[in-house]
Amino acid sequence: MRFRTQSSPHVIPAHSVGGVMQQVLMALVPGTLAMTWFFGWGVLVNVLLGVLFAVAFEAAMVAARKRPVMATLADNSAIVTGWLFALAIPPLAPFWVTLIGIAFAIIVAKHLYGGLGYNPFNPAMVGYVVVLVSFPREMALWPAATTLPESPLTLLQSLQTVLTGSLPGAQEWDAVTRATPLDAMREGLVSGRTVGEITASPLFGTFTETGWEWVGNFFLLGGLYLLFRRIIHWHIPVAVILGVAIPAGFFWLLDPDSFASPAFHVFSGAVIIGAFFIATDPVSASTTPLGRILYGAGIGVLIFVIRTWGGYPDAVAFAVLLMNMVAPTLDHLTRPRVFGRSRGGPPPGDGHA
Amino acid sequence: MQLHRFHGGLKLADETDASTAEPVLVMGVPAKLTVPLGQHIGEATEACVQVGDHVTKGQRIGQSKGYIAAHVHAPTSGKVADIDLYPVPHPSGLNAPCVVIEPDGRDEWGDARMEPWLDWDTRDLRALRQRLRAGGIVGLGGAAFPTAVKLNPRAGQRIHTLIVNGAECEPYISADDMLLRTAPEAVFEGIRITARLLGVERVLFAVEDNMPEAMRALTETLPTELRDLIELVSVPSIYPTGGERQLIKVLTGQEVPSGGLPADLGMVCHNPGTFKAICDTVIQGRPLLSRIVTVTGPGVKHPRNVEALLGTPFADVIEAAGGYAEGVDRLVMGGPMMGFAVHDDSIPVIKATNCLLATRPQDTPSPGPVMPCIRCAECAAVCPAQLLPQQLYWQAKAKDFDAIQDYGLFDCIECGCCAYVCPSNIPLVQYYRYAKNEIWAREKERQKSDIARERYEFRQERIEREEREKAERLAKKKAAVKNKENDGDKQAAIQAALERAQKKKAARAEGSEKNSEKGTGSETNGEETSTTNDTRDGDDR
Repeated sequence: MRFRTQSSPHVIPAHSVGGVMQQVLMALVPGTLAMTWFFGWGVLVNVLLGVLFAVAFEAAMVAARKRPVMATLADNSAIVTGWLFALAIPPLAPFWVTLIGIAFAIIVAKHLYGGLGYNPFNPAMVGYVVVLVSFPREMALWPAATTLPESPLTLLQSLQTVLTGSLPGAQEWDAVTRATPLDAMREGLVSGRTVGEITASPLFGTFTETGWEWVGNFFLLGGLYLLFRRIIHWHIPVAVILGVAIPAGFFWLLDPDSFASPAFHVFSGAVIIGAFFIATDPVSASTTPLGRILYGAGIGVLIFVIRTWGGYPDAVAFAVLLMNMVAPTLDHLTRPRVFGRSRGGPPPGDGHA
Repeated sequence: MQLHRFHGGLKLADETDASTAEPVLVMGVPAKLTVPLGQHIGEATEACVQVGDHVTKGQRIGQSKGYIAAHVHAPTSGKVADIDLYPVPHPSGLNAPCVVIEPDGRDEWGDARMEPWLDWDTRDLRALRQRLRAGGIVGLGGAAFPTAVKLNPRAGQRIHTLIVNGAECEPYISADDMLLRTAPEAVFEGIRITARLLGVERVLFAVEDNMPEAMRALTETLPTELRDLIELVSVPSIYPTGGERQLIKVLTGQEVPSGGLPADLGMVCHNPGTFKAICDTVIQGRPLLSRIVTVTGPGVKHPRNVEALLGTPFADVIEAAGGYAEGVDRLVMGGPMMGFAVHDDSIPVIKATNCLLATRPQDTPSPGPVMPCIRCAECAAVCPAQLLPQQLYWQAKAKDFDAIQDYGLFDCIECGCCAYVCPSNIPLVQYYRYAKNEIWAREKERQKSDIARERYEFRQERIEREEREKAERLAKKKAAVKNKENDGDKQAAIQAALERAQKKKAARAEGSEKNSEKGTGSETNGEETSTTNDTRDGDDR
């Protein structure tokens, strides 16, 4: 009797790229729903548009590169990129912001570098930074954190706003949008107020009172799920959070009037989603255990530095992109010790004789 | 006992229950035995019988001349029907030299049988080692390294610890498990012989924690006088604990140096089946003629362990386990992680055949298309050699063979953990095998070209030397000729001078005393000039 011959291992494979990405998408659901609850239907509209655009551009690029379109789309990576990008931009940003951002993310940041696995930078963050620096007005349109029933816009109105770029009826942008806590903190400190005075405004809560913290908590839930399912490892998220919290705590203890608390830094912006979902993008992150700790810590410290002394409060994207540049070097410098060798060990002598 | 943990590894589902339900079935003699001559790692073995010869059970049919080699014996009595190339179990699927025996059904031991050595512990150590060599014993864990070599440590190398590798970590395989349940006494006897040969101080007997019955059998039968020597250790079943290096790390916390051997740490590691074979050969005089094979997987009807003669076709072994189940499409020799799929079941059981695993498409689906590496580094997380498999993969792809060795290619034990966890279905181990082969080939090529270059340089040097010598000879000859000529010239000059002197004398004698000073001066000048000219002419010639 004759048989198929195939190479080992002769077992059902443990994972697939598509499956891994699917788990990431599942883990994004609670945070996305929380965000929709607090910031309105625009979040869902954006996610839908983002995913749609991302898949469309991905398919077009894969076809243009003469690769199997369906097999590539099945890796679900474009969906993750589109989804993460959509969560990063303001929920009522006009559709062309998403279109341009995603186009840049998928076409330039991903496929011009060789597609999945070959991109040195996180595509979603590249797209985000492009629209952030190109369209500062549109990128500042964050709605006030209320709850869905109190939201000034219905689902249809949100859709209309996103597609037309203007609010329905006679509503004014000023009435709908608010500064984000990070913006407010920044502006407040620049204009000479103390942290205590700034955080006394209703914009701020402590952990669970206003929308930002809740959203952070739900993304944390998803992140813990990924850790539990071993889709990601603890090194990067823990290092990012400590990288933000430790310097923030140090300066806060030194001068609590001029520096926001570590809890504010960790929960009021994109640190949680950044730590668990963005910095952990395997393609553009460091791959060795020690490298991941350094990589995550670098992102964390950069977030704190950029937020505190830099020009943008949207520090996560910049921090991630900056550390993307360092990742290959980190990998090179943090090679683990090979079994049976001393660290940095001698090359094998006649080991293969 | 304090156990240690090696990096990475996998917790794989234990699939041995099905094959351990029934006792080991001792298979009869098949209609035809195809005994491959190369059943070990090392140098080639050559046939020492002729087609048409009658051989008896245990008679040597394959003779090895090398040091790292093992003899091959006739598993039963019969006629040598053929000696030729036949398909053998090897990943390459290539044919190899085999001795085909048609059994005569009498299964007789002829005069070739070694006498039993019940008094082995009074025998000379060298004689013991020779007997193991004569028995053709190789490691029965699957790697088939000649045992006698391992039991003959290098001068100055002291072996203090003997390790029994009962960590059968691949899912499905239960050959050692069944052996330990049924014949623990023989294993202990083999350990005693080996311990005496190596002069060890302690024996660590590792059994995986998913083999409780084997452990119980060992505990019950461990002879009292061996209790100080042998320590039974239950080790966690994490793949690949059965890897020699990993097991030593688990038991002792020490790491076998890269490129080195356990003997460098004063340890030697053997499979339980090997100890049974040592016992059989030394005490009973029975060379290695058969082995226990686990026949298992969803592709066979009644998974079980059988004891099969070497040379028995796989098909017969499968038949002994109830035959194939419906829809079987893959037959693997070895375990699911490191075994290789064979394309034909007519090939024979060899010394390394520890398991035959038959599966259906639903049990081992063809992996999906190979996707790009997403650098998830799961491969690095599970690598027991602490390598960076994805870096090795990139380097193999880029054919950067210097970098890949620097990254520890030859520390890879090919356990397959990385390929198992790779979400992109990249056949990582294949890339490493490719790189290793390529490096070996280049090394061989380099050695060959080194030899060629040396030969060329030697030839070149010889030619130059010959030419130089020729030139020297010629020069000498010329010099000799010249000297002779010079000599002639001188004589002539002397002669001429003498004649001139005489003429002068005569002239002087003839007369005039006037102008005598002036005349002498001019004559002298003329002489000198002519002599100088003569010499120069001689040089030019």
